[in-house]
Amino acid sequence: MTAIQIIFILSALVILGAAVMVVSTRNLVHAALYLVATLFGVAVLYAILDATFLTVVQVVVYIGAIAILFIFAIMLTRREMRDQGEQLNKGWGAAALIGLLTFGGLFMLLNNWRGVNATAAALPSGFDGVVELGTALVSTDAFVLPFEVASVLLLAALIGAVYVAGTKK
Amino acid sequence: MTFWSDPINFVAQWLRDVFTGWGWNPGLANAITLLLGALVLILFAMLLDIFLVWVERKVVARFQDRLGPNRIGPFGIFQPFADIVKLIIKEDITPAGADKLVYNLAPILSLTSVLLLWAILPLAATIYGTDLNVALLYLVAAGSLGTLSIIMAGWSSNNKYALLGAFRMVAAMVSYEIPMVVALLIPTIITGSMSVKEITLAQGDGGVWFFIAAPLATVIFLISAIAELGRSPFDLNEAESEIVAGFHIEYTGMKFGLFYAGELLHAFTFGGFLAILFFGGYRFFGLENLHPFVGAIIFLVKALIGYWVIMWVKYTVPRIRIDHMLGFNWKFLTPLSLVVLMVTAVLNQVLAGTETWVYALVMFLANVVIGWLTLEALRAYSRSQRKAEEPAVESVAQAAQH
Repeated sequence: MTAIQIIFILSALVILGAAVMVVSTRNLVHAALYLVATLFGVAVLYAILDATFLTVVQVVVYIGAIAILFIFAIMLTRREMRDQGEQLNKGWGAAALIGLLTFGGLFMLLNNWRGVNATAAALPSGFDGVVELGTALVSTDAFVLPFEVASVLLLAALIGAVYVAGTKK
Repeated sequence: MTFWSDPINFVAQWLRDVFTGWGWNPGLANAITLLLGALVLILFAMLLDIFLVWVERKVVARFQDRLGPNRIGPFGIFQPFADIVKLIIKEDITPAGADKLVYNLAPILSLTSVLLLWAILPLAATIYGTDLNVALLYLVAAGSLGTLSIIMAGWSSNNKYALLGAFRMVAAMVSYEIPMVVALLIPTIITGSMSVKEITLAQGDGGVWFFIAAPLATVIFLISAIAELGRSPFDLNEAESEIVAGFHIEYTGMKFGLFYAGELLHAFTFGGFLAILFFGGYRFFGLENLHPFVGAIIFLVKALIGYWVIMWVKYTVPRIRIDHMLGFNWKFLTPLSLVVLMVTAVLNQVLAGTETWVYALVMFLANVVIGWLTLEALRAYSRSQRKAEEPAVESVAQAAQH
């Protein structure tokens, strides 16, 4: 067992354990903090895959922005931090069945795939993922259109937020 | 590579050889060596932190026309050790209704978010933790962990003042992150890389220190760094006169000590980043080529100067109101930084391939023009504000005459 595998197993355990705690804990702020642990675990997985840019962006965007927003929203909207309601609704049986089937399907798929046991090839020396990603995002034969569409969408959302929040005179 | 020319890497290589000599596999030997290296780096940072406590207290005393610590040791240099003993023997109080786990985790996370930054600080050409190709984003990511630690501390203390402090701090950090990221993009554009090592190298042979090519970015980075640190004039998170001590109001003993040490080390580290990004890092006109330790000393001196500027601002400028702080960021700093970014990006393309001095001069002049236009715009705005107020004053005066 290589060091990478040990790190993978540890972070997978953290991710799964924290993810279960997110939905099972009754304290909402704790749920948000467990969500942070889950997202951090995913960042570790990206780091194992040599995707440094994704790792850092995962932490900046999901922990630095979204998780903080969640915690803020909980603190500002809830007086009582404890959730007293039922934790399971009527559809839990069906949900469990679909979850199991999805897991089984994925397991079968990966089990039959030869690549699952292969070790990743080492990156060529001088390979800079950030440069590659940046070039791909603005070159016309790669992702320039989706990139621009996403930018316009975000700009529209930004202007919309300013308009909704702005006081009318 | 000999011991004299590159001691740190020589020792690391020697350790690797010793470990493999014991029959360990090379991967494990490498991992253990790197772990020891990280430990030494953290130890160095924490020892420096003890010294920083003395520096901070001595400098604030001088700014306030006092003597500062002067009893224990020469110039009171052993005062921090007395402080540490005091902090350790204090009673450790966990307030009633506090969320124990989160409450105890917050100070650790706060200090960790600062120590994480030391992984990417190049102390000298051959002394650095790691050379990340996304180092500047990593700086922002570590900052967001700091934000998280503060909100954890504020919430888990079960204290309204602590929660208020945490809210204010998060509002400040989330908004000042934007001009900081934009200011960080400017050295990235000039260098063409986000790695701090590349940025330092670009300011060496055939390059200028970036504060000449990007003076506005330097100032914007400094201001947003101070806001990120939560130091005066942006210390609304502590605001002793309003909310007592903000998010760390309930912490006693060494747990408070961790927050305090984290803040000092954070300020010093941002002084270091200021030095790396805009003042050439460990470089000083070829002096750094003598020995890696000379480079490290140059870096530490530059970082201390940056830290001194941050302290200078802290103990000179009074705290500003929260709406002013957010308005300053959103209405002034963010638009300004975006304009500077656009101008820098365009000029960088136009000037590609020109001589270094032409490049630096045009960049500098562009910054001067932007700065002048900004000041003119501000002056025009304040003049119009005064005009709007004048009639009201006159009518009051007339009413008084009647």
